[in-house]
Amino acid sequence: MDTLLVILIDGIVYSSWLFIVAAGLTLVYGVMKILNMAHGSLYAIGAYSAASMVGWYFTNGYVPWASYLVFLAAAILAGAFAGLLIERGLLRVMYGRDEVVMILVTYGVLLILEDVIKLLWGVEAYFAYQPYSLVGRTKLLGITFANYDFVLIAAAVVIGAMLWAGLNRTIQGKLLRAVIHDRDISMAMGINVKRTFFVTFVLGSALGALAGGLTAPALSVVPGIGIEVGILAFAVVVIGGLGSVGGAAVGALMVGIARAIAVHTYPQVELFVIYGVMAMVLVVRPQGLFVSTVARKI
Amino acid sequence: MLKTDNTSRNLCIAFVLLLLVGLILPNWLAFLTTIALAKAMVVVGLVMLMRAGLVSFGQGLYYCLGGYTVGIAGQHLGITDAVGILFVSAFIAGCLAALLGLLLCRYREIFFAMLTLAFSMILYGVLVKTSELGSTDGFNVAKVTLLGWQPSPGQLSLVVYSLACLVAFLTAFFMHRYYQSGMGFAGEAVRENEIRVEYLGVSPQRVVFIKYVLAAMLAAVGGSITAMIAGHVDPEMAYWTTSGEFVFVALLGGTGHVVAAFIGAFLFEVIRTIAFDLAPYTWQMILGTTLLLVIFFLPKGLWSLLKAKKVGGNNV
Amino acid sequence: MSQDSQPRKNSRFHLTVFALIAMLTAVLSVGTPAPAQAEDGTFKLGLVTFLSGGAAGPFGVPARNAAELVIEAINKGTLPAPYNSIGIAGQAIEPIIIDEAGGGTKQVGEYRNLIQRKNVDAVIGYISSGDCMAIAPVVEELETLTVFFDCGTPRIFEDNKYKYLFRTGPTSTMDNVAAARYVLDINPDLKSVSGINQNYSFGKDSWADFKGSIQTLKPSVEFKTEQFPKIYAGQYGAEVSSLMLEKAEVIHSSFWGGDMEGLVLQGAARGLFDDFTGVFTCGETGMFRLADQIAEGTILGARGPFGVYAPKSPLNDWLRKNFMARYGTPPTYPAYKMAQALMGLKAAADKAAATAGKKPTQDEIIAAFTGLEFEGPGGTVKMALGNGHQAVQDMYYGQYSNKNGKPTMTNVKRYPADCVNPPDGVTSTEWIKNGLKQASCK
Repeated sequence: MDTLLVILIDGIVYSSWLFIVAAGLTLVYGVMKILNMAHGSLYAIGAYSAASMVGWYFTNGYVPWASYLVFLAAAILAGAFAGLLIERGLLRVMYGRDEVVMILVTYGVLLILEDVIKLLWGVEAYFAYQPYSLVGRTKLLGITFANYDFVLIAAAVVIGAMLWAGLNRTIQGKLLRAVIHDRDISMAMGINVKRTFFVTFVLGSALGALAGGLTAPALSVVPGIGIEVGILAFAVVVIGGLGSVGGAAVGALMVGIARAIAVHTYPQVELFVIYGVMAMVLVVRPQGLFVSTVARKI
Repeated sequence: MLKTDNTSRNLCIAFVLLLLVGLILPNWLAFLTTIALAKAMVVVGLVMLMRAGLVSFGQGLYYCLGGYTVGIAGQHLGITDAVGILFVSAFIAGCLAALLGLLLCRYREIFFAMLTLAFSMILYGVLVKTSELGSTDGFNVAKVTLLGWQPSPGQLSLVVYSLACLVAFLTAFFMHRYYQSGMGFAGEAVRENEIRVEYLGVSPQRVVFIKYVLAAMLAAVGGSITAMIAGHVDPEMAYWTTSGEFVFVALLGGTGHVVAAFIGAFLFEVIRTIAFDLAPYTWQMILGTTLLLVIFFLPKGLWSLLKAKKVGGNNV
Repeated sequence: MSQDSQPRKNSRFHLTVFALIAMLTAVLSVGTPAPAQAEDGTFKLGLVTFLSGGAAGPFGVPARNAAELVIEAINKGTLPAPYNSIGIAGQAIEPIIIDEAGGGTKQVGEYRNLIQRKNVDAVIGYISSGDCMAIAPVVEELETLTVFFDCGTPRIFEDNKYKYLFRTGPTSTMDNVAAARYVLDINPDLKSVSGINQNYSFGKDSWADFKGSIQTLKPSVEFKTEQFPKIYAGQYGAEVSSLMLEKAEVIHSSFWGGDMEGLVLQGAARGLFDDFTGVFTCGETGMFRLADQIAEGTILGARGPFGVYAPKSPLNDWLRKNFMARYGTPPTYPAYKMAQALMGLKAAADKAAATAGKKPTQDEIIAAFTGLEFEGPGGTVKMALGNGHQAVQDMYYGQYSNKNGKPTMTNVKRYPADCVNPPDGVTSTEWIKNGLKQASCK
């Protein structure tokens, strides 16, 4: 019984992390139909910015509690800035290309960003562990958990709720949903689709970087951390259904809990969990879980 | 149907030239060209799928399968005949593709891409798990023989090079004809509008299925040739980055003509080698920039340049 | 998607053709060796280490830094004795550096480029065991002296015999046999062990060697959970929970680089390694950077007598002082291993030159290298296995302590090379399975 509960907690912690990583990706896809391969690099940029900020903050000995605001802000700003550069400098001239071509465009961005990160931060590891241990730990079910992991769950809930409310309860969000639903009609109705794209991409990039910033305290921030994360977020988003925020949440939960079960009962299969779940879901629901089948055009 | 056009003639000339050049090529360049030809085989299959509007992010599955077929046949079963292995690996890949194809032919767009990716990552996982096959370290491939003749290590690369040229030539020749057949055109029709294809009495599912199986067989042959020349296989061949590279090359060359894949593959290898040479620290940036420039200025790949010349020439 | 690209100008075509030709000439010309090169007294040395990806920070770049430092010193003749003569058998080293990224096939191609296009005299490199496996047969085909400096799989010299290939770094078998011995030395009543290793060759082999050695040395030890997360996974929450639930006294891990540091951090936040003793066979690289995160008593290895375990010697002092001065961090084991490979090559070439009385041929250097015993920054290196092509060294383990604010290793134990390496001709797996016979541990 205890093990079952531990599996559940571990699963939810991992799912929260997955959801935060995947939220930005699915938003960008939903609005712009761009599957952003460089999402992982934005995650890395966030992690690096947060880590350097934490390092600077704690060597100067400011109030430890305020560090959360500072390093998360640094991550968000860095991500938003990178997103702005990518959108204005590159994507804008590529809009209207085929979906697959856009994947390749973002793949090019990924390659470039990997080296840019290396040029900016070098290859030495960065650490930001102070905020990780600051919130302490809890003894539960006979084992110890880091409270920071619960912070991650809260962050996932807050981000999910804000996205939901933003999309469903604000005028801008409703306009965004109109664009998701039908780009051409929205344009005809006078929605500035280009601006919507711009805002979405910057927001999605900031979210990706925020995910990196939130994770940085538990990591050694080194080159290449974003690449695996990017492909992981892909899988989650595809399981949930591309472009659906709720779907990303469910996809994250499925992968997270499946992984926790594997780790606790049969660690040998951990490697297959994500792609196994993805293949199974796609076999049953070819469009992912939360997207209705589109009518075929004649 | 069988009258020779310009392309067929040019292909024959190119084949003979390549073979002759092989005799004077320095070893490293022959290696590079062979790898390029092998990868181009995969890309030819990928391009065939792309003409039907489908992008596979999992051709690494068959590429790796072909490589491991060579490795297992030579190392564990004692079968080293190069030509024989090519057929065997194409056959095995074809069987697997026929199985997966039954499922995949119902998928389109990004879902096709992601499901193919998932399958290739599952093979990657299986190989990582298999300690008998060396896990991620992979294992070395026994030297191949040709119809009972064992070439010396020095001759081997020339032999594999010539074999690669021959296979590439045959592929290009028949693929060119295929594109001009009804089945070839059906691919583009599927991309443009499936329902209209159905109204014409052709099953899009079947068209996609056949193309998928053919592409898989080509990828396996490419993987086999890579294993023969490199002398080593590892699960990296099935990793998503490998599959991504094939899509990269396909776009670099363009989908306009069967030869485009070969040009793209060769240029890709050259660019990457130069990037490694000139900028060991920032070669990824060079590759990324090249990709973006090609997409921006040559949306139809390098092939559009050659085509532009032809049409332009007629105008003058 | 459907409209054709507009055919514009004829010149566009010519431009591409021109560009293609220019590009190809560039590749060709970069590689065309000037005929005078062989005579002007330089020794062209290919260096291959990771410059990008996850292995660059912990391994590739420290190794490259050490190479830079040592090559410069060799060319000036400023290394301590016995390496205080100028150059490799009198020739100045001209390094050509290549990124190890891209996988086995790519590296075989790059290796061919180095030998056939750049005409290097020797190659030192390779961190990934997969790359080493792929390169090894090509070394014999191209007949150029090649030294592997870091990769750990024992399969290379156990599966085959090589003439042109050497490895100056010890195998990963040694790390794990010694780790098993050390764990039992400090805790003879050991009852249970768990493991967490990356799901790839190095991690799986490390765990198999460690588990096998424990089973041989103390069959009563119980094995609890065996975790194999994906390499570069980064998040180990569930794994840590599982390790905590299973309550094994000792947790073995061959994690390296960012993964190792991540596991240390995530374990520290939950007190995992306070309650159970961690054994990190590659833990030394993080020792100073994570000084206040590593639990007291954690067992750290350095894959040989490197880093903090390097015995005091003029060579070691030289490396520590100069590396620290130039790069601002103490040299970690990849740096030691690279320095060791360069010194081994120099030792062999100098010895061959002394015997020949002139610039030695490659065959003479190889003859001198085979079975050579030379001094490195980590002490004596014996090319004892694989017919004199594979190095063995002493191995050290110790427990981490940060009591007085200064990270140090306590309870350090030395295991002589013969104690933790199989005799020549016996494979590691057999040796461990058949009871670690002929090990002389005194």
